Amino acid sequence: MFLALLGRDLALAGRQGGESGLALLFFVLGAVLFPLGLGPDPGTLAGVGSGLLWVIALLAALLSLERLFRDDWEDGTLDLLAARPEPLVSVVLAKCAAHWLATGLPMTIVSALLASMLAVPGDRLAVLALSFLVGTPALTLIGAAAAALTLGARLGGVLTAILVLPLYIPVLIFGAAAAEGREGALALLAALSLAALALAPAAAAAALRHAVEQ
Amino acid sequence: MARSLHRLANPGRFRRLAGRVLPWAAGLSAVAFIAGLWLALVESPIDYQQKDSVRIMYVHVPAAWMALSTYAVMALASAGALIWRHPLAELAAKASAAPGACFTLVALVTGSLWGLPTWGTWWVWDARLTSVLVLLFLYVGYMALWRAFDDPRRAGRAAAVLALVGAVNLPIVKFSVDWWSTLHQPASVSRFGAPAIDPAMLRPLLVMYAAFFFFWIAVLLVRIRAELDERRLAALALQRSG
Repeated sequence: MFLALLGRDLALAGRQGGESGLALLFFVLGAVLFPLGLGPDPGTLAGVGSGLLWVIALLAALLSLERLFRDDWEDGTLDLLAARPEPLVSVVLAKCAAHWLATGLPMTIVSALLASMLAVPGDRLAVLALSFLVGTPALTLIGAAAAALTLGARLGGVLTAILVLPLYIPVLIFGAAAAEGREGALALLAALSLAALALAPAAAAAALRHAVEQ
Repeated sequence: MARSLHRLANPGRFRRLAGRVLPWAAGLSAVAFIAGLWLALVESPIDYQQKDSVRIMYVHVPAAWMALSTYAVMALASAGALIWRHPLAELAAKASAAPGACFTLVALVTGSLWGLPTWGTWWVWDARLTSVLVLLFLYVGYMALWRAFDDPRRAGRAAAVLALVGAVNLPIVKFSVDWWSTLHQPASVSRFGAPAIDPAMLRPLLVMYAAFFFFWIAVLLVRIRAELDERRLAALALQRSG
């Protein structure tokens, strides 16, 4: 069931081309806006480039989260999934994996290119991309818990943002530090992702259960 | 303990107990505020470096303590609501949020007022300030989630899960912000607390803490009672219309 759900979500992301593609586009556009606002001086940009990219990645992840469970909840798919013998945690994990493959992974790939456009020196690009690879799963997982909590709420999108941004702060701190190659930051970022993998699906599954039972 | 908590699930029993405790809590709070403010503003010595501005501490520190412990209470009550479906625990968690957010705001504002004369600036991206600001956002998000659903049961459960997620996250935020600020923050801000606190300053501090604590108890009881009344009214209205 895990693989079936994963394949379905990926196919949906690919065919609809909507949400996840737009999130990636937002990531690129956001990165383009900053040089326009801060000025094109490579010295200024190189200093803030990796931190900026992480902030934009947070916001891009937020954009795509809103519909992580919403469509399935509205058309009743979620009720069917909840009625199956498999625990809801595996549903959450499958949907998170699909979400990460459709947004986190492309962002990781693009991040190095954007960073070099933001005048981040070439020898730091690999570390930066690695920080995205390690950190973006935490964004997906924590965001999934918040998205599940706000199912059926008024003001869904804004509310998800308010709930999730404070929770993203540690990821932002360690992600930006890891992108700059600070010692130990990458390990702590990986620890965050693993902790999120252990805890967030359970919270998301509990929230989904409540949303379905309603 | 667990059994006595379960007995409180009966709203009538809770109401009787709250009616007995409330005057005491409110009275103790008033007395402690008067005594504490007198001790803090008149009786306590001025700091040899900070002069009179040190007196802000007697409001600031208890508020910050209460901001944190209120979140702990909110998370514990939320756990109780999720695990035992304890109806009163849910109301207690809900009733804790607004006072907790106010304590946090008071701590931030008094901290800024204190920072201006002592640090020379009202805001620095210091680890403690930043994590208290995050705490405020967690409170606000919790309250926003409560208001976002039409069905109070759904709102209650979602909010309870959020409170627990936040409780897990709060130490991580604290740790990460500490780590971050040691990277970025030059060691210019000398923080109060390095020298051991003088008993003459500790006494008013503890009295003020007691004042804040009893104030919180009183506010919590009033808010839970109001919430119970509101639900009863809604149920009665439903009965009449149906």
